[in-house]
Amino acid sequence: MTTLTGLKPGQSATIRAIHSEQALHHRLAALGFRVGKSIELVRTARFAGPLHVRVGSTDIMLRRSEARQIEITPQAA
Amino acid sequence: MKRIALLGMPNTGKSTFFNRITGASARVGNWPGVTVDLMGAKVLIGAEMVEIVDLPGIYDMHGFSDDEQVVRHFLENNAVDLVLIILNSCQLDRQLSLALQLKQLNLPNLLLLNMADEAKRFGVTVDANKMAAKLDMPVLMLSAKYGEGYKQAFDQISQALRHSRTVQPERMREVLSADVEIEHAMEQVLKESVQIPPQLSDNLTARLDRIMLHPWLGLPIFFGVMYLLFQAIFLLGAPLQAGVAWTLDGLRHMALEPVLAYAPEMLRGVLLDGIYTGVSTVAAFVPIIILFFLFMAVVEDTGYLSRAAFLMDALMARMGLDGRSFVMMLMGFGCNVPALMGTRVMRSRALRLLTMLVIPLSLCSARLQVFIFITAALFSPKAAPLVLFSLYLFSFGTAFLTAMLFKRKYASQEPFVLELPPYRFPTLRQIALRGWHEVRHFLNRASKFIIAGVVLVWFLTHFPTGVAPASAQTWAGAIGQFMAPVLDPLGINTQLAIALIFGFVAKEIVIGSLAVIYGLESTALTQHLAHQIDWVQAYSFMLFTLVYTPCLSTIATLRSESGKLGFAAFAVSWSLGLAWLLSFIFYQSARALGF
Repeated sequence: MTTLTGLKPGQSATIRAIHSEQALHHRLAALGFRVGKSIELVRTARFAGPLHVRVGSTDIMLRRSEARQIEITPQAA
Repeated sequence: MKRIALLGMPNTGKSTFFNRITGASARVGNWPGVTVDLMGAKVLIGAEMVEIVDLPGIYDMHGFSDDEQVVRHFLENNAVDLVLIILNSCQLDRQLSLALQLKQLNLPNLLLLNMADEAKRFGVTVDANKMAAKLDMPVLMLSAKYGEGYKQAFDQISQALRHSRTVQPERMREVLSADVEIEHAMEQVLKESVQIPPQLSDNLTARLDRIMLHPWLGLPIFFGVMYLLFQAIFLLGAPLQAGVAWTLDGLRHMALEPVLAYAPEMLRGVLLDGIYTGVSTVAAFVPIIILFFLFMAVVEDTGYLSRAAFLMDALMARMGLDGRSFVMMLMGFGCNVPALMGTRVMRSRALRLLTMLVIPLSLCSARLQVFIFITAALFSPKAAPLVLFSLYLFSFGTAFLTAMLFKRKYASQEPFVLELPPYRFPTLRQIALRGWHEVRHFLNRASKFIIAGVVLVWFLTHFPTGVAPASAQTWAGAIGQFMAPVLDPLGINTQLAIALIFGFVAKEIVIGSLAVIYGLESTALTQHLAHQIDWVQAYSFMLFTLVYTPCLSTIATLRSESGKLGFAAFAVSWSLGLAWLLSFIFYQSARALGF
């Protein structure tokens, strides 16, 4: 399973599935995370810090533990 | 009276709109979760008075965090005549879902697409008429910040209000428990009425982020910016403070003393040496406080706080906290009370409690006044800003230490997902509003605590009659001597001890009471203080003041936000103990080293 943590900064992918518990699932949906949507990894913070991603019109940061719950299909570069 | 509720996702400008329509000064900022409580105001719309309620932002109608519960609770318990749904025009691709959820509630709705200014800049176009037809509710675009489109919105609101019917809370309770899929409907509306460029062309934000969030430079830049801000406050503020102090002293000699020359001695003492000396010493700090909050408003409005959360999260995670905790600590630099309330955005109770435990250690603006006063008196102009900065470091240090020690007691698994909004710049109006808000806040505190505090200090230092004021024979002296066994090892003398006791209520009283205790106005007090204590004592006193306890309002907020008296008591006893230990170690080692 490829997850969001497998991306390198600057790479994009398509969201394939979101495996989070319900509350987080709702929050992610409200922030624009939906199956089939394109997602770009903008940058990562040092020291295993959070990821900075862009989904649609919104920039979002999330921790690696949450990123691991987001399954993706990498896009051909 | 009819009632309008403002609803929308976090950071879409609800409070900005609220301020514009009501003329109120609700706090605004570029951070999701500035508003965490209800705020209401009455305004005349058409021919009738209407109550407008600003609600915290919600991501959806299944909210579980405390700020979202506030919204749900409000809707379930209050009749509403009109709901204004406020969305960010640039993020309709995701925010429209909330409008659709609310539409299902069958309330009288009006959709306001805010931030029309940014939409234009980013190339987002919206066909409001088409959207209105699709959604079957009035849709208007506006910029609450700059006022564009506001007039039309106001007219629409008054029109909608005329035709609306009141929705009783009982009905709300029924609908709120239902939940239906709306994804498909959203795609439909979006496809027909909104055009968002595939890549939002906010080059400015992307460029700034490349620097501000740079992997290696990001953190040094952040601390550099903070350092410069505090330097600026000190450099600009200190002369202002001296100027106001000088003016207030002058007023006393030129006007008040002659006027009160024939008043009974006791009355003259209370009025001049008690209230006037105490309050004017504190009032001299108002310019610094305003300056501080003006800077703070700019930082909050730019969206840099979210970036700070991004940069610090890795470190905060190791302390059992997260990036938001760090932002709350920064907000605590202004005032601990709103920072404590800001923790409502956290869902996990353990994380919330741990964050609430460290916030009171944030060096708030009231403590800043004490430190500016004392550093100015005891240290050279060159050293003073550095001393002040070291206290900020201690503030962070004690907070981190506290989190490390208690992270196991308050262990949490809260997921951390946060929006990084584009950089924005506050309008002059917003900045001015914030400054005014702080002046009012100060006057409010002054009338409540400061006057009462300094009068009490005056009585304690002047009774029983017939002994030298503030001497060991007065009541204040007795209290000071009673505290001496505890405070002597810290180098804190009896006069300072009295100030500390009153500082428990509010830190502004500390300098006010020092002025009263020594019976000197601020300029003379500064010189006197320099002869009374040396720098080691002064620094020990400042360390103790920083840590021992924030103020009564903060303690009350700790209790109300945690819902437990025990938690507040625990937080206070921990900080008292830590303060003593810290000052003890500092004072004794400094003395042992021969200072």
